[in-house]
Amino acid sequence: MYPSDLKYDREHEWVRLDGDVATIGITHYAQDQLGEVVYVDLPSVGDEAVAGESFGEIESVKSVSELFSPVSGEIVEVNGALAGAPELVNESPYEDGWMIKVRVADAATALDGLMTADEYEAFIAGEA
Amino acid sequence: MSELKRTPLYDEHVALGARMVPFAGWEMPVQYAGIVEEHLAVRERVGIFDVCHMSEFRFFGFEAKDALQRIVTNDLSKIDELGQALYTVMCDEDGGIIDDLIVYHTGDLEYLVIANAANHDADWDWITAHLPETVEAVDESDRTGLIAVQGPEALRVIGELAGPGFVAPDRFTIAEARLGGIPVLLARTGYTGEDGVEVVCHASNAVAIWRLLLSFPEVQPCGLGARDTLRLEMGYALYGSDMDRGVDPISAGLGWTVALGKGDFIGREAIARIKEAGPSKRLVGLVVDDGVPRHGYPVLRGEAEVGKVASGTFSPSLRQGIATAYVPADLADPGTELAVAMRRKVSRAVVVKPPFVTGTSLSKASS
Repeated sequence: MYPSDLKYDREHEWVRLDGDVATIGITHYAQDQLGEVVYVDLPSVGDEAVAGESFGEIESVKSVSELFSPVSGEIVEVNGALAGAPELVNESPYEDGWMIKVRVADAATALDGLMTADEYEAFIAGEA
Repeated sequence: MSELKRTPLYDEHVALGARMVPFAGWEMPVQYAGIVEEHLAVRERVGIFDVCHMSEFRFFGFEAKDALQRIVTNDLSKIDELGQALYTVMCDEDGGIIDDLIVYHTGDLEYLVIANAANHDADWDWITAHLPETVEAVDESDRTGLIAVQGPEALRVIGELAGPGFVAPDRFTIAEARLGGIPVLLARTGYTGEDGVEVVCHASNAVAIWRLLLSFPEVQPCGLGARDTLRLEMGYALYGSDMDRGVDPISAGLGWTVALGKGDFIGREAIARIKEAGPSKRLVGLVVDDGVPRHGYPVLRGEAEVGKVASGTFSPSLRQGIATAYVPADLADPGTELAVAMRRKVSRAVVVKPPFVTGTSLSKASS
């Protein structure tokens, strides 16, 4: 449910770092809480993502939620597939359902302060 | 904040893994499998809904009809035949909508009223305050169970539970039946746009009937989430979102429930005046290009705000955002181009005349 090679934030996003590019999506727990995702509003390539700030919105039938970026940097890619197939967020939150890729300034420290999979599981156990 | 009430089916919902939410003072299931899946199950097969939270009032006496005629806007003479049912609203003296109701002519000198849970106390107080002492009023809400069975296969399932010789009641009628031997009333009414019934039973039998229905593998338990998307696709008004005390039935698109010619009733003068002058705003349907409209989002004409979204959702059948909104009457014609301001963007919206979805089993059954 929570891959150990990812880092997690308290807003239920995950990050995967490849070199200096961070891929960001929402966790299994988040998609399960939302229910069927019907719309994802993502920023444009070239926009700036700021750690802790909203970069988009995700809508289920019942609710709308902000998406928060766990890292800062320039957005270098967005998942265009989600426009036509938002359900990918439910079906494959860690792979096909990714949302944005961000080039971070300092890969060595970009994920500081984020949770490991074990820490995140303990965190959501406390939230439930 | 008083404690939330639970229907007789509460434990069933929890056992089925439903997500429970507070609604109108009740702890109700919002979804089991997922809103879209439940929605499509009702459009394609059959779904069941716990609506035990709704209010049931019974009125009896020689003057019951005349007294209720003065309270509701529609004409009870349309249901003089036993078993007939009528959708109506009731209004205050200014024409403000107190609630929408279905009145069932359940017996000689007797009417059953089913009303919204959220308005239980207001409805009861209003109706009983306007009844003569000769009419007996009984609040049967606590001891009455109500389960909606809706979808193109609903009547087949009900027929199998009712046994050989079962004849379904006609559309907008109510009749006695037995489901698995349990005495019930079957009302051929609903809030989904699909054919089906609402099963009225004693509260103590609600669990048994719920389980009988779920013994059919094609029957999907459905929560309030799907109930809302299903009703909005049909353009059915929801009290609290599409209408309230501050709006009259003409503006709300419910003019067809107002029988001005039937004689005097509460709100008649005010409603007649509004109808004569034409309402300044109207409830319209909107189909939205992008994103999901939600209650309270501003509706724009060009840059100017001209109204607010009343009900909004993602339509699982159409795969796009749909809404209702009050807009100035001169912007209410189908085809009018408006926009909805969402949190991060403005989306184009076009006025349409509901229903948003056509060709349901109900439209086939009634044609």
